[in-house]
Amino acid sequence: MRRTIRVRLNGVEREVETEDHVLLLELVRGLGLVGSKLSCDMQVCGACTMLLDGRPVSACTTLAIEADGRSLETIEGLADGTRLHPLQMAFVERFAFQCGYCTPGMIMAAKALLDEHPRPDAAQVRHWMEGNLCRCTGYETIVEAVLDASDPGEPHA
Amino acid sequence: MTAGRRVAGTEAPRVDGIAKVTGAARYAMDLSVPGMAHAIVVRSERAHARIAGVDREAAAQHPGVLRILTGDDLVAAGLTPYYGHVVLDHPVLAIGKVRFHGEPVVLVIAETRLAAAEAADLVRVEYEDLTEVIDADDALRPDAPLLHEQRAERVGDEGFDSGDGELTGNLSSIAQFGWGDVEAQVARAHLVIEGEYRYPMLYGYAMEPYNALAFFDQGDLVVYSSCQHVYMVRRDLARMFALPLSRVRVIAPYVGGGYGTKSYTKVEGMTAMASYFTGRPVKLDLSVEEAILTTRSDSARIRARSAFAKDGTLLAREFDIVMNSGAYTDNSPLVNAKTANRCFGPYKIPALRVRARSMFTNTVPASSLRGFGAPQGNIAGELQMDEAAVRLGIDPVEIRLRNLVGPGEELLPGKRPLDADLAADLRCLVDALGWPGGGPSTIGFGVSASDAGAYPTSTAAVRIHSDDSATLFTGSTELGQGSRTVLSQIVAEDLGLPLGSVMIVGGDTGVVTYERTTGASRTTTVTGRAIQEACKDARARVRALAAQVFGVGPEAVADAPAGVRVGDETLSYGQVIERWFGAGGEVLGHGAVRKADGFAKMPPFWEIGCSGLAVSIDRETGVVRVEHLVTIGDVGFAINPALVKGQDAGAAMMGMGAALHEELVYEGGQLMNSNVVDYRVPRFSDIPAQVDHILAQRQDGAGPYGAKGGGEGAGNTVGGAIAAAIGRATGVFPHELPLTPERVWRLLRDREGGPSR
Repeated sequence: MRRTIRVRLNGVEREVETEDHVLLLELVRGLGLVGSKLSCDMQVCGACTMLLDGRPVSACTTLAIEADGRSLETIEGLADGTRLHPLQMAFVERFAFQCGYCTPGMIMAAKALLDEHPRPDAAQVRHWMEGNLCRCTGYETIVEAVLDASDPGEPHA
Repeated sequence: MTAGRRVAGTEAPRVDGIAKVTGAARYAMDLSVPGMAHAIVVRSERAHARIAGVDREAAAQHPGVLRILTGDDLVAAGLTPYYGHVVLDHPVLAIGKVRFHGEPVVLVIAETRLAAAEAADLVRVEYEDLTEVIDADDALRPDAPLLHEQRAERVGDEGFDSGDGELTGNLSSIAQFGWGDVEAQVARAHLVIEGEYRYPMLYGYAMEPYNALAFFDQGDLVVYSSCQHVYMVRRDLARMFALPLSRVRVIAPYVGGGYGTKSYTKVEGMTAMASYFTGRPVKLDLSVEEAILTTRSDSARIRARSAFAKDGTLLAREFDIVMNSGAYTDNSPLVNAKTANRCFGPYKIPALRVRARSMFTNTVPASSLRGFGAPQGNIAGELQMDEAAVRLGIDPVEIRLRNLVGPGEELLPGKRPLDADLAADLRCLVDALGWPGGGPSTIGFGVSASDAGAYPTSTAAVRIHSDDSATLFTGSTELGQGSRTVLSQIVAEDLGLPLGSVMIVGGDTGVVTYERTTGASRTTTVTGRAIQEACKDARARVRALAAQVFGVGPEAVADAPAGVRVGDETLSYGQVIERWFGAGGEVLGHGAVRKADGFAKMPPFWEIGCSGLAVSIDRETGVVRVEHLVTIGDVGFAINPALVKGQDAGAAMMGMGAALHEELVYEGGQLMNSNVVDYRVPRFSDIPAQVDHILAQRQDGAGPYGAKGGGEGAGNTVGGAIAAAIGRATGVFPHELPLTPERVWRLLRDREGGPSR
């Protein structure tokens, strides 16, 4: 069934036409926001991670209509104009990606972590990020980048 | 080490960095064009069967369906419906029979992906079953069912080191060589170690699955693809449609992971055929499950024998290798040849005999995966060094040092002498690991030297603009390895320009210059040298223009750091260009390298593997954890050290995946775990507690500033190293990967409960 949903997408109120069977990832990519990636299509790799009301979701297995009336953040909404988010800067500085296909989902998952736990230690980062796969880096530089981007108020372990 | 260099040798930030952290980087998967139709593949549900009929009536009636294609349609249209860079045996869609479960049989093209998928469900294919053969040893039997009743045309050129010998039965390729009298050496040996080793069938899992977008533009074929080798794909497509090379444009935007798995043609043929028959732009996106059914790596069964003198000196080695190479030839002849060349290790061996046979089986076709051939053979060769050390009471480092080929010495007759100091690398490795005396953890390590399978044909072009900026054109593809950054660094270094003034255009056969492949760790070394030649040519052209501007002979013009010097006057490139043209203008430099000069002897470099680790073993559960990982990146000169370390980190982690978790499992003719839940790849929780990536920079490579390739080596030795570490802990050296908790638990139980295998 066709219906119109209202979603606050990267800070902008939008009315979007969709159908019941459409997945959130299809909807968002169909709007031209193709930064979020499709890979496993079964909620295990994290490449499609976006934030729904601040919580990370796998958009490949979330229905688009679930976003109705809610706030949705994707990688495209993270930078403030040309000013990168601290996580984006840290990923560049730490060489925390290679092919970059997992990176949008990786950064969004990390943002959810830092929003909830501003000063995580390395073990917390590894645990939180377990649902995001990367085949290029071996993960170590990603942990370093997330720690770099965390609140500097207290030294991390 | 970086004396006099401004840009090369620095950890310059990635030139693709901002694009990749903002979601702006475009992959083939992200592309669409107006009027685009979508294709869905109907795949074989049999491992080996004759196609008795295809019923496409119901599907054709489905709303939105444009066309339903079979292999017979391609034949009837007079196209060449096969591809393959060594042997032309891989049908775009199955013709006459299917040779593996999951093989593409029918292609449904529709207005939307959903319509195509719904129609695909309505296609009925009728099969007449044939006997299948799944195991490579079974495929060797004289009564084994034949996959290829007729041999297809060989199309590989000199660059494909594809073995030798007569090919009969299910033999896809064979590589065999040796020297000395193995039996005589074995007869005088103090110790002979014999064993059989198994390396699993793997899936590379590049996170962007295979996909392509194809359309015809005024008769020219344009294909965007997530592929590594745009020029190799161009050749296959040109042959299919009988088009000149110039009229096929293959473009690889950013590629979401490659690791060798996106070498050569995959889905480009199907996509282009779909466009040809519908007259529409067509997109074909595979799922991960379908990607697993497209390419995997060759598994190997290796019988090995090593003979030693009492002091640990190697006297003879013998290897008999059988590779399971799947239904079609693809790149397996090269993988097979490389397995043969790499299995015995970088050691001085008085007598050697190697035979490697690559077998057709009714399984997913095998092709390249990072280190191709090296990890398969390394486990057998290196584990026998470790087992011999135990039996002879010699330190495992010492036994290797006693036998290693030295710098400048020949490892394979007639090949490039070894351009590395493996003994120094190994000492550095074991120091970092704390061997001997590594505490409660158990340590394993290994070395390897791979004859890089990179035929050194490469070209490049550099444009210098009138404002002293430059554009580099290269056929090399950015897969994540950082080639755009490193190659830009080379241009900036050699032209004396700031890195920010260098722009790079890559991976588009309609625009950039010829590059044989992007694989085998060749880009920095081979492409890098072509780029240096292009920079030299551009400088020479600017000097020639300056001579005309000043009305002097060419000898009166010299290079300045970023321009020319004529007498007392220094001019930038841009100043010379503007004065020669009067207004605007630019200079184009071209560079080429071939199998000559610095690259006269193959391989262009030896890729070094030297890594080790300390593991802990949970004796209750059999779970093995890597606690400490050390890699030695012996790359001659690190043009961007952070990128080299990134390659080593990624390669080592892939090696750990193969050693501990990953294996494609067949049950009968069907692949049981073609998804990333059941096929378990490394995760954040697998990061070792301590990681040290060490660089060895002796400037002994044939590439720019003494550089040579990296990115495979660190993973090649990990499987053997983990098996050795477990062997030291348990007293039994495992001979089979992956070392899953179950396998390790059984190993421990067998050890404690009675005789060991």
